[in-house]
Amino acid sequence: MYEIRLHSRGGQGGVTAAKLMALASFRDGKFATAAPFYGAERRGAPIVSFIRIDDKPIKIYSQIHSPDLVVVLDSSILDLVNVFEGLKPDGKVLINAPKVPEQAENYNVQHVDLTGIALKLNLVVAGSPILNTPVIGALAKMGLFSRESAAAAIKETFSDERNLKAALVAYEEMV
Amino acid sequence: MLTLSTGNNAVAAAVRQANPAVVAAYPITPQTEIVEQIANYVTNGSLKSKYIPVESEHSAMAACIGASITGVRTFTATSSHGLLYMQEMVNWAAGARLPIVMANVNRALGPGWNVWAEHTDALQARDTGWLQVYVSTVQEAYDATLMAFRIAEDRRVYLPVMVNLDGFTLSHISQQLDESLVSDFIPPLVLDHAINTNAPMGYGCMTSSADYFKIRYDIERSMRDSVHVIKETEEAFASKFGRKYSWTEDYRCDDAKVLILSMGTLGKEAEVAVDILRNEGIKAGSMRVRWIRPFPELNPGDRELVVIDRNYSFGFGGILASSIRAKTGKDCYNVIAGLGGQEVTFNDIAGFVRNRRVGEEFWFGVDA
Repeated sequence: MYEIRLHSRGGQGGVTAAKLMALASFRDGKFATAAPFYGAERRGAPIVSFIRIDDKPIKIYSQIHSPDLVVVLDSSILDLVNVFEGLKPDGKVLINAPKVPEQAENYNVQHVDLTGIALKLNLVVAGSPILNTPVIGALAKMGLFSRESAAAAIKETFSDERNLKAALVAYEEMV
Repeated sequence: MLTLSTGNNAVAAAVRQANPAVVAAYPITPQTEIVEQIANYVTNGSLKSKYIPVESEHSAMAACIGASITGVRTFTATSSHGLLYMQEMVNWAAGARLPIVMANVNRALGPGWNVWAEHTDALQARDTGWLQVYVSTVQEAYDATLMAFRIAEDRRVYLPVMVNLDGFTLSHISQQLDESLVSDFIPPLVLDHAINTNAPMGYGCMTSSADYFKIRYDIERSMRDSVHVIKETEEAFASKFGRKYSWTEDYRCDDAKVLILSMGTLGKEAEVAVDILRNEGIKAGSMRVRWIRPFPELNPGDRELVVIDRNYSFGFGGILASSIRAKTGKDCYNVIAGLGGQEVTFNDIAGFVRNRRVGEEFWFGVDA
């Protein structure tokens, strides 16, 4: 089983990103679950979602305590939450940032400027850049699921073509 | 069609298949997504129900009662304080023998204010005459909702059915869902005692003790008959859709020496614990109790029992454990865990089994 913990702030689309990750994996023929952890949510508060991917049905509902991958949609959360807690020794980190933040330097970390991609495409809702579709492109590049399944998940969920475009740009920009 | 869905959306999708004439509902966390989605269906024309947005849960159930008594299919959904607020009408629905189907998204009761999973809300309605089933996956939420209509509306039952799913843990998780098309699985509703303007008679006015007693006895008789209807319905469902359900979901129970009994999503987590325990040489099995009313016949034999209750009856004990003791005559190790959404992992459950002390009660996270 592959376990992912996703950190974001309320209003950034973290819950939808988690669903898209599960859906893309599902379209790859895997079993997948996406479970947002709901606290006293409000816009801007740090929130966390859990994604599990496996070759067989997933029976676990509890939280993910030792993730294989940590995804951070907002690097300012690094100052508030220990996003690396429980990360497996060979675990990976993906951070939305123009460069790797100092706090993440000792980890197996990759970064991509999702915010910049969203702003360039004017993919903005209620003043917030949309991060949940470009991050799917970045994760496809990391090999979490195929590029085709990522595109399928986005097209199934959103009609605005800029979402798919943002994912493809992120796919290309990821090193 | 295979898709990815939340528990809440699976319930709504099943309701669309069942096509009730009337849905009356009031939103409440974590149930809101169910009634929002049903409202979407009505708005986009894919569901022809009359959707009545009411001002309270009491009114939601009252509106369902008013509609149901005319002989049409009805549905509502609620949670926690909403269920308690409608409790008077919940009793009325069963007493009036109305086959209303309700989804209840199990949530703790305040104070302290808490929106996370716990079963005490629905278990406070266990003596009302409603049938109650507890589900553990998104697929089961869909399937149990479909079956609930057929069971409730069977002439041998004519009692309301409550489908329970864990708040957030199941209501908000995304899992795969086979949205099987119901076609003729739920026959058209024929309610023998529906009100009829040609022979205007009602039911529910002042009733003598002697007649009232017979009416109550009749509820219990139908509750006992519902045992057969549930079995028939689950068998018919399995032969049509290939997914099997029963009173309990048993996992590696055949040669087990110790059984974990639980309800809802903890019952799935318990299966993972069973695999861990088996690798340690402990012959464990999981028996997830699905139906609470009518309460199933359980045959634990000489196996030790570890019962996990995500609920509590103050001054008495865990409700599932108490019921199992009463019905089987066997004592158990009663673990109280998961109240108010307390995190309970498969490792925790394996620990309950390793440290079991039959005859004792253990409050997880508090007791040593």
